[in-house]
Amino acid sequence: MRIYGNLLKKLFYTYQNNNLARVSSAISGGYHINRRLLVTTPVAKTDVEMVDITFVRSDGSKIATKGKIGDNLLDVVVNNNVDLDGFGACEGTLACSTCHVIFKQKDFDIIKEKLTDEELDMLDMAFGLCDTSRLGCQVCLTKELAGVEVKVPEGVNDARSS
Amino acid sequence: MLLKHISKNNLKLGTLGNNLHKYLSSHGHTGLDVRLLLRRSNHRFCVIGSGPAGFYAAQHLLKLKPSSRVDIYEKLPVPFGLVRYGVAPDHPEVKNVTHTFTTVLKNPNVAFIGNFEAGKDITLGKLKESYHAILLAYGASEDRKLNIPGEKEHVVSARDFVGWYNGLPANRDLAINLETKKRAIIIGNGNVTLDIARILLSPIELLEKTDISPYALDALKKSTISEVVICGRRGPLQVSFTIKELRELVNMKSARAVSEIRDFDGINEQLLKDFPRPKKRLTELLLKSAQASDTTSSGSYSKSWFLKFMRSPKMVERHGDKLHLTLEINEFDPANKERVVGTGKTEVNICDIVFRSVGYKGRRIFDELPFDENTGIIPNVGGKIENGIYCVGWAGQGPRGVILSTMQNSFDVAKTIIQDMESVPHSDKSGFETIKNLVTDKRLTCYTDFVKIADFEEKHNRKVTTIDEMFKIINGKL
Ligand SMILES: Cc1cc2nc3c(=O)[nH]c(=O)nc-3n(C[C@H](O)[C@H](O)[C@H](O)COP(=O)(O)OP(=O)(O)OC[C@H]3O[C@@H](n4cnc5c(N)ncnc54)[C@H](O)[C@@H]3O)c2cc1C
Ligand code: FES
Repeated sequence: MRIYGNLLKKLFYTYQNNNLARVSSAISGGYHINRRLLVTTPVAKTDVEMVDITFVRSDGSKIATKGKIGDNLLDVVVNNNVDLDGFGACEGTLACSTCHVIFKQKDFDIIKEKLTDEELDMLDMAFGLCDTSRLGCQVCLTKELAGVEVKVPEGVNDARSS
Repeated sequence: MLLKHISKNNLKLGTLGNNLHKYLSSHGHTGLDVRLLLRRSNHRFCVIGSGPAGFYAAQHLLKLKPSSRVDIYEKLPVPFGLVRYGVAPDHPEVKNVTHTFTTVLKNPNVAFIGNFEAGKDITLGKLKESYHAILLAYGASEDRKLNIPGEKEHVVSARDFVGWYNGLPANRDLAINLETKKRAIIIGNGNVTLDIARILLSPIELLEKTDISPYALDALKKSTISEVVICGRRGPLQVSFTIKELRELVNMKSARAVSEIRDFDGINEQLLKDFPRPKKRLTELLLKSAQASDTTSSGSYSKSWFLKFMRSPKMVERHGDKLHLTLEINEFDPANKERVVGTGKTEVNICDIVFRSVGYKGRRIFDELPFDENTGIIPNVGGKIENGIYCVGWAGQGPRGVILSTMQNSFDVAKTIIQDMESVPHSDKSGFETIKNLVTDKRLTCYTDFVKIADFEEKHNRKVTTIDEMFKIINGKL
């Protein structure tokens, strides 16, 4: 029970702070918290409006799936078990850039969420950075984005040294 | 049918084999040992080190070959490497990766074996006999030195300091006293340097909310450090820290940035225009903070930090209760603008504490394997050292790169291993079942032991920082 309490707290905290929040420090890394629980928000079936979205891997293979309007692309990947290795390592807290995706210009232009300095900072570490790159955890699906296709680059841009 | 039963019940083939064997023998079928049949289908992999490299590699090996079994060995009683003992306490979001690692630990084909030091507790030969492939993911457990007079007596290693504030048992007794100290100098221009600067300058109320070690919190409460000087060998265009970490310092409400605008001569719009976006944005932020620091008065800030460029440390001496750090002033090599050469001119900086933060360094753990003392890594091609032996992460690539780059490297090397396994004649290997009989003089830890420690930490809201206490918890004495 305690675990769920914590999860809800985390969830609330995360969304309240517009995904920019520090998830409260879980000592030992909150070893028993399951990520799938963390991002799934229960919604009654009837209000769910779904749109199509396709992820294109670096080898060209495509994964077509559906996502709820209002969910971010990390939610979509997690909820649908989309097979993208390592995607979403920091669970949407703007600390990893493993959720880097590349949009087509026309889709990029209609994304509601504005690019913040913090998102740009993380994107700067991403491999294959483009002008139409975004972090999937910061972009929510809208009706206008129905049918969107995003590329998921693989690899790293090694910027850090000690 | 059998396979379905196994996967449905998450059974280990070995366990199933044992049960079936018992059943068949008790019913008079003694001709065939079903255990051998079942065990044959497993590849046995050994991972040395349980940091991000080890976990991501294990995860990928199991993804590519779900029937394989991976034993993860770790020197400490607890897993997660630098995620637990390196990543700064005020970066809890980075530590979310441990949720993925925990999923790996819960996989029935994975065993965690802690308190086991490869090289010391076991030879490479024994591991080779017991596994189809060995993956070295033991990180880089030493640090680079400055090699200057006075270093041993007066310079604190960043690595030790990071271990100290993160509760690494080996560093908990580091004698750090920040009382009556005012000015700290950190030598090095990487992210670890900025982590240390941030910890020294952060308001204590922020640190109180983190999992920083209790004794470090105490020492920082008493700290009177008000100025942190970050000292780089080269210029603003050669820094190796990243923009996220820089922005955190720049945005700090409690400390202001001070720079010498002179260091930015020649860095202007024209030059920036042609940089790739990441470098352009980083340099812009540096420039902006330098320009702002030139105009803001000391105002309401009680603390400050200062980026000092083009300086190399030469000597540290104690004079009374102060340290005198001699720095040589560098200039760019006219032949190569990325390099610097000393001018012979020096300056003395008076301060209270000096940190060296010029990089971590790998260590040799198996004498049987080649090792490059200079780079601190085992020579390898794409992670392969020799047949059946591989390296990943900081152990294989050297101590650079964030978790993201470590992850990608692990995926690549895991792929190579699985490809190589295709051509390896399949033999029966017994993995930890054999190894455990060879290490009898110490109590090894397993995943459930770690769960006890983690539960204790969550309940008491503090990190356990001694091996002794860890074992007391494991043994139910705390
Ligand atoms: C101070 C610091 C802060 C950092 N902060 C960040 C950050 O905020 N974000 C980010 O993305 N990256 C950060 N990094 C980088 C990140 O920590 C590394 O990319 C990553 O940890 C490397 O993983 P690894 O598994 O190769 O090594 P490690 O994490 O060091 O893991 C190696 C493991 O092997 C074990 N080991 C060593 N010797 C033996 C032996 N003989 N037998 C058995 N086990 C052994 C060690 O105990 C350790 O658990 C930071 C690094 C440092 C040093
Ligand atoms: S999931 Fe880490 S930045 Fe998006």
